[in-house]
Amino acid sequence: MSTLAASMQSDDAHEHHEHHENNTVFGFWLYLMTDCLLFASFFATYAVLFMNTAGGVSGKDIFELNFVALETAALLVSSITFGLAMLGAQKQNRKAALSWLAVTWVLGASFIGMEVHEFHHLIIHGHGPQTSAFLTAFFSLVGLHGLHVTAGLVWMTIMFIEVSRRGLPDQTVTRLSCLSLFWHFLDIVWICVFTVVYLMGAM
Amino acid sequence: MSFLGKLSIDAIPYHEPIIMVTLAVIAVVGLVIAGLITKYKQWGTLWFDWITSVDHKRLGVMYIVLALVMLLRGFADAIMMRTQLAVATNGAAGYLPPEHYDQIFTAHGVIMIIFMAMPFMIGLMNIILPLQVGARDVAFPFLNNLSFWLTAGGAILINVSLGLGEFAKTGWVAYPPLAGLELSPGVGVDYYIWALQLSGLGTLLTAVNFLVTVFKMRAPGMKLMQMPIFTWTCTWANILIAASFPILTAVLAMLTLDRYMDFHFFTKEAGGNSMMYINLFWAWGHPEVYILVLPAFGIFSEVISTFTAKRLFGYKSMVYASGAIAILGFIVWLHHFFTMGSSANVNAFFGIMTMVIAIPTGVKLFNWLFTIYRGRLVLSVPVLWTLGFMVTFTIGGMTGVLLAIPGADYVLHNSLFLIAHFHNTIIGGAVFGYLAGFAFWFPKAMGFKLDEKTGKAAFWCWQIGFLLAFLPLYVLGFLGMTRRLNHTDNPDWNVWLYIAAVGAFVIAIGIFFQLLQLFISFKNRQQLKDSSGDPWNGHTLEWSTASPPQYYNFAHIPHVKDIDAWTDMKESGESYQTPQKYAPIHMPKNTSAGVFMSMGFTIMGFALIWHIWWLAILGFVAGVGVFIKRCYSKDVDYYVPVDAISEIETAHLTANAKGVNS
Repeated sequence: MSTLAASMQSDDAHEHHEHHENNTVFGFWLYLMTDCLLFASFFATYAVLFMNTAGGVSGKDIFELNFVALETAALLVSSITFGLAMLGAQKQNRKAALSWLAVTWVLGASFIGMEVHEFHHLIIHGHGPQTSAFLTAFFSLVGLHGLHVTAGLVWMTIMFIEVSRRGLPDQTVTRLSCLSLFWHFLDIVWICVFTVVYLMGAM
Repeated sequence: MSFLGKLSIDAIPYHEPIIMVTLAVIAVVGLVIAGLITKYKQWGTLWFDWITSVDHKRLGVMYIVLALVMLLRGFADAIMMRTQLAVATNGAAGYLPPEHYDQIFTAHGVIMIIFMAMPFMIGLMNIILPLQVGARDVAFPFLNNLSFWLTAGGAILINVSLGLGEFAKTGWVAYPPLAGLELSPGVGVDYYIWALQLSGLGTLLTAVNFLVTVFKMRAPGMKLMQMPIFTWTCTWANILIAASFPILTAVLAMLTLDRYMDFHFFTKEAGGNSMMYINLFWAWGHPEVYILVLPAFGIFSEVISTFTAKRLFGYKSMVYASGAIAILGFIVWLHHFFTMGSSANVNAFFGIMTMVIAIPTGVKLFNWLFTIYRGRLVLSVPVLWTLGFMVTFTIGGMTGVLLAIPGADYVLHNSLFLIAHFHNTIIGGAVFGYLAGFAFWFPKAMGFKLDEKTGKAAFWCWQIGFLLAFLPLYVLGFLGMTRRLNHTDNPDWNVWLYIAAVGAFVIAIGIFFQLLQLFISFKNRQQLKDSSGDPWNGHTLEWSTASPPQYYNFAHIPHVKDIDAWTDMKESGESYQTPQKYAPIHMPKNTSAGVFMSMGFTIMGFALIWHIWWLAILGFVAGVGVFIKRCYSKDVDYYVPVDAISEIETAHLTANAKGVNS
C-alpha cells in the first residue's frame, strides 16, 4: 500500500506547467491540420473550376510571374527571420527576438501589400471574382491564404507587445512557438499556391 | 442601405397563426422558468456554477439539456410533418402551406443532426471521457466552455429564425442552385449558414480538445490499447470531426461568397458548378453520420459488458473495427448521389466501399452477442435500448447495403425508402445509443438513478413507435413516393401514411414518459440516491469517483494496469483505500470569457444574416477582443487546499466503508 501511495504522489507531481505548455503546442498543431483541410477544400475547388473561365481570361493572361516571385520571396524569407526570432526567444534574448519579429512583420506586411496590389490591379481591369468561376476560385484560394497571413500579422503585433512588456516566460515562448508553427504552415501552403495556381496556371 | 439592413417589423410572421402560438408558448415557458429561478434565488448559481463553468461534467450536462430541448423542437417539426401528410391525401391541401412546410422539414433535419444528436453525443463524451482516462479535466477547459457556447449560439440563431424572418426552404442539405441567391433570396439560407458555421466551429474545437486530452493526459499506465472502449470510439469520432468539419466550413464559406458577394462557385452562370457543393457537402456529411454513431457503439459496448458482468468480447477487434469504419466512412460520400451521372466504374467503387462497411459493423454486432453469450444479462433500461438497437440497426444496415447498389439506388434515390433507411440508422443507432448512455451514466452525473418503470415504458413506446413510423416509409418508397412532398394524391399511399402518423404519436408518448421519468426521479431522488458512486458495479474509472464526481475528479491520479481498470482495482483490493496524504490540486477557474466571446460571434452571425454590417463588425471585434483579454488574464487558476480534498474524499470513502461495492 505504501509503495502504491508513493507512486501516486510522484504522478501528481507530474502535473505542472510544462505539461500544459506541451499540450498547447500539440493542440495547436492539431488545429493546423484541420486548417490544412480547409485549404485542401479550396484547392480541390480551384482544381475543378480553374478551366471554367466563362469565355474570359485564364491564368495565362493575367498572372505576372515576376511580381509573384518577389511576393513569394518576401514570404519565404520571413519564415527564415521568424526562425531567427525563435532562436533568440529560446536563448531568452529579448532584443534578438523582438528585432527579428519586427523584420518578419515587415516582410509579411510587404507580402500582403503586394497581394492587395495584385487583387486591386485585376479588379480595376475587369477581372474581379464575380467575372467567372475561375476568378472566383482564384480570389478565394489566394484570399483565404492572405486572410490567414493578415491574422498572423495581427497576432504577431500582439506578441511583439507581449514580449516587450513581459519578456520571455515559458507561456510567452509557447505562444511564440504556436505562432511560428502557424507562420511556417502558411509558408508551405503558399508554396502549393505558387505551384498549383501561378506556375501551372502560367504554363 | 438602412441602419438595420434588411431587418424591419415585417420580419415577424404575424400572419402565421401556428408560429405565433408557438412563440407565445415559448414566451410563457421562458417566463415561468425565469420566475422559478428568481423565486428560488438561483440566478447566481446559474451564472457562477453553470454558465461560466469550465468543469467538463457541468458542460456535459448543459450540452445534454440543450440536446433535449432541441429534441422537443425537432420532434414538434416531425409530428407536424407526419400529421400534415396524413391529412393532405387525395389532393387535399392539409394545414401547412408549402412555404411553411418546406421550412419545417429543413429545420427538422438541421436541428436533429446538428443541435440534438451532436450536443447529446458531445455532452456524454464531456461527462465521461476525462473520467474514463483518469484525467482531472480536458486539456483546454476554457476552450471547452467556449465550444459549448458556440454550439448554443448556433442553436439560438436557428430558434430566432422562427420568430424573425424565415428558415431555409431547401432541405437540410441546402443544395445550390436552390440555395443560391436567385432562388432563395430571403434570409432563410443565411440563418442556416451562420447557425452551422458557429456550431461547426464549436464542434471542431471540441474534437481538438478531446484528442489532446486522450493523447496527452491519460492516467499513468494506461496504454492506448487499454483505453475504455467508449473513449476509443469517441476518439475515432473526434478524428473524423477534425478531418471533416473543415470541409463543411469551406463549403459554407463558398456558399456565403456566392450569396453575399456574387461569386460563382455554385451558380448556374459564369462556369459555376453546383455538383461541387454536393460533393463537398457529403465529404463532410457522410463522415458526420459516423461521428454520430461511433460513440453510440462505444456506449452499447460499455452497457453490454457492465450488465453481463463480463469483460467485453473482442476489445481489440472492436477498436480496429471502429477505425475501419472511420476510415471507410471517408471514402463513400459519392453514394449520396449515384444519380449525378458519374461513370459506372466510379459508382461501382463507391458502392462496393459502402457495402464493405457492413463487415466491421458486423464484427461489432457479433462481439456484443458473444459478450452476452453465457453472461447473466440484467434487463435494465440501458440494456433494453441496446437490444432494441441491435434489432433496429441491423434492419437499417441491411437497407443501407441495398441502397449501396447503384442500380437499385437509381430507383430508390430521394424516395421515402431512403428516409426510412437513415432514420433507421440514426434513431435506431445513434439516438438509442445516447438514450442508453443517458440512463447508464445519469446516476454518475446527477447522483441519483432514473426511475426504471417509466424508463422501460419510454423504451417500448420509442421502439414500437419507431417501427410503426418508419417501416411504412420503406413500403411507400417502393410504391414510388418521393421525399419532401407537401401533399399527395395517390390512394395506394394513404394507409401507410396513416400508420406512420400513428407511429409518430406513439414516439410522442415515449418522449412524454421520458419527461415523466425525469420528474419522478427528481422527486424520489432520496430513494434513488447513488451514494456509492458505482451503482452498476462498473468496469472503468468513472465509477471509482463519487456521484456526482468530485469537481477535481481524482484526489490521486490512478495507476492503470488493465482495460477494465476499476474492475481490476476492485479485485486486487486497491479500491476505496485511504491514501496517506493528499497534495493540493491545480484547477482552472471559471470564466465568463467563453459566453461573452460566443455572444459577440452570435451577434455577428445575426447581423450578417440581416446585412447590418456595422453590427457584424462590432460583434466580431467584441468576440476577438474578449479572447485577447482572456489571454492576458492572470486570474485563471487556483489550488484546491488539502483540507478541502480530505473532507470530500473522506465522505466518499465513508460511503463505501463496507468494502468492495457490489
